[in-house]
Amino acid sequence: MRDLRLWGLKKSPWVYHVAAASCNNCDIEILELLPPRYDVERFGVVLVGSPRHADALLVTGVINRKSLPRVLEVYEQTPKPCLVVAVGSCACNNHIFRNSYNAVGPYDKYIPVHAYIPGCPPKPEAMILGLVKALSKL
Amino acid sequence: MNVSLKLLLERFPQSEVFEKNPRRLYIKIPRADLTAVAKFLHIEQGMRLSICTGIDTREGFEILYHFSEDKSGVIYTIKVLAPKDEPKVESLGTWFPAALWIEREMHELLGIDFIGHPNLIPLLTSDTDWEPDRYPLRRDYEQRNEAHER
Amino acid sequence: MSDEHKIRRIVPIGPYHPLQEEPEFFKLIVEGEKVVDLEIHIGYNHRGHEFISPELTYEQVPFLVERICGICSNSHPLACVLAIEDCAGIKPPPRANYIRSIIHELERIHSHLLWVGLAGHFIGYNTVWMWAWRYREHILQVFEMITGNRNHYAANKPGGVRWDIKPEQIPEIEAALDLVEKKTMMLTKAVLDDPVIRARLEGVGILTKEQAIAWSVVGPTARASGVDIDVRRDDPHAAYDLVPWNVIVLPEGDVFAKAKVRLLEIFESIKIIRGCLNNLPDGPIDTRIDEVPPGEGIGRTEAPRGEVFHYIRSDGSNRPLRHKIRAPSYMNIASNVVAVKGGSIADAALTLAAVDPCYCCTERMAAFEDGRMKYSSKELLRLSWEKTEKLRERLRPKHQTGQSYR
Repeated sequence: MRDLRLWGLKKSPWVYHVAAASCNNCDIEILELLPPRYDVERFGVVLVGSPRHADALLVTGVINRKSLPRVLEVYEQTPKPCLVVAVGSCACNNHIFRNSYNAVGPYDKYIPVHAYIPGCPPKPEAMILGLVKALSKL
Repeated sequence: MNVSLKLLLERFPQSEVFEKNPRRLYIKIPRADLTAVAKFLHIEQGMRLSICTGIDTREGFEILYHFSEDKSGVIYTIKVLAPKDEPKVESLGTWFPAALWIEREMHELLGIDFIGHPNLIPLLTSDTDWEPDRYPLRRDYEQRNEAHER
Repeated sequence: MSDEHKIRRIVPIGPYHPLQEEPEFFKLIVEGEKVVDLEIHIGYNHRGHEFISPELTYEQVPFLVERICGICSNSHPLACVLAIEDCAGIKPPPRANYIRSIIHELERIHSHLLWVGLAGHFIGYNTVWMWAWRYREHILQVFEMITGNRNHYAANKPGGVRWDIKPEQIPEIEAALDLVEKKTMMLTKAVLDDPVIRARLEGVGILTKEQAIAWSVVGPTARASGVDIDVRRDDPHAAYDLVPWNVIVLPEGDVFAKAKVRLLEIFESIKIIRGCLNNLPDGPIDTRIDEVPPGEGIGRTEAPRGEVFHYIRSDGSNRPLRHKIRAPSYMNIASNVVAVKGGSIADAALTLAAVDPCYCCTERMAAFEDGRMKYSSKELLRLSWEKTEKLRERLRPKHQTGQSYR
């Protein structure tokens, strides 16, 4: 059953997007993947509206104290196995906010992260490549 | 001289003006005159409140109220000083909705008390993961290294 | 229904609505289908820029403030360097001023198109969303050509700009402008002439002029309520007083007026960019700043969402002593408390989105009844789409054209 699920995940990952204390650039670039220029739907990647339907989490931002409980809640709600992809330099290593009194990230301190896509913001091509590489690791 | 500035100085002769350049005026006033000056600038002279800045200085807590006179492009920055052991000023939020949020923010990040504010609760910081008396924008905030240790 | 039987319900929107990109929390308090109050909880994006800024040098600070917001990522650095230059008493060279205006207006175009797309999605017109974002790509390509990055292009520095516009790049910029102008004209006609969109947006989320003044709102939110303010005209900087353009002001104060203001501003931006390209003087693109003397400076500019305000206090060293940053959405979002009252739940999400919130600038939707969630953010979006459908049904016989932009 697990293999079937993984096969489904690889063929058509349903992705939920979590933004915790981000500047939104990565988030908009993720949304940029939908319109016709990049059109990830032709690869089977679908952006879903609830973590309960997600196979993969695209996470952005540095996470701050206020948003941390919500991030953990979303991770709890996502059925496992789930792929976590950190998009953007903030999600990978807190970037320029590492000395802030409010930044408590990066994500891999709290949840397992399977792929890191650095960049500020990463180009959409880099995101697609990163997602594909992460899926092929499964 | 600016018409509004002239009227301000006539009405509040204790003000000290520093004209950095024709579009940037900095006016120090006694703490007690704050509400009267703010009402004069906003209600009588039609100025818009851009924002307020709180600064922890050696002399005390300086609070700057930046009023914009849009028809001339001049910014009137009103400065009041609250002593370190008594960081309180009158709230403008009782009559001026534009000041409500920034007073909450200055209260939570600097510890300044705005007397009469209808809802002086934290605006930005976490309700679950934040200690009271923690003021990051004060100069003596010691946890600058905390993030490094984490 | 007597008062004792009326149940006050709370409707939160957020924090993670897939379409409202930034996390913030709007708790709508409703009675029946009407919104009677709103609690706003922000702070989910608060990262402490004002705390980090004094640790950086004046050269580094623009890179920090650029990352306050990804969509208006030029506005903050521009206001910041204007504040540093105001403190130091320095004026950048003329060519730098023109380039600043060009980059800034390009950003305004892409930001307004982004909002138009999101607004289209909010009311169920996904084609509008795809079109608006498709034509935005041309502007992002221009940015990549000039600066090397689609967003976060680090165009401004204290004393001037970091990227020059080469003569061979100008034809491509002009071609992109021509295309965007044509497509935006088409989009504008489609949006403004569609009777369903008009019926959906007119009269919704009205912010009166008095309320706009009391809450000190800025930008298109203010101009759509009849408040005639625009920092580019009122406090001229860059090249705004050197080329002709108009400020768009409308009196109605509803979401339709806000949409109209933003669409018409795109054409004004195109006018400004063309004016700047035609008059671009030769010369250096930056001037040296040897020191920032003790003192203070204020810089402000008109971001796509309104006035962005930076204040710098210097003690003569190469780092700011205090840096105050105020993004436009800080003032605009607070005013939602009055704009959304009295409206219906189906209109709430749209009204809240109409101020073009950039929560990441400001620090960053659900319905509760008796303390329990009644409508999630997804359901609120669905309610909005259902309202559009009902309007479409009602207006269907009156449709002149058979076209649908669904």
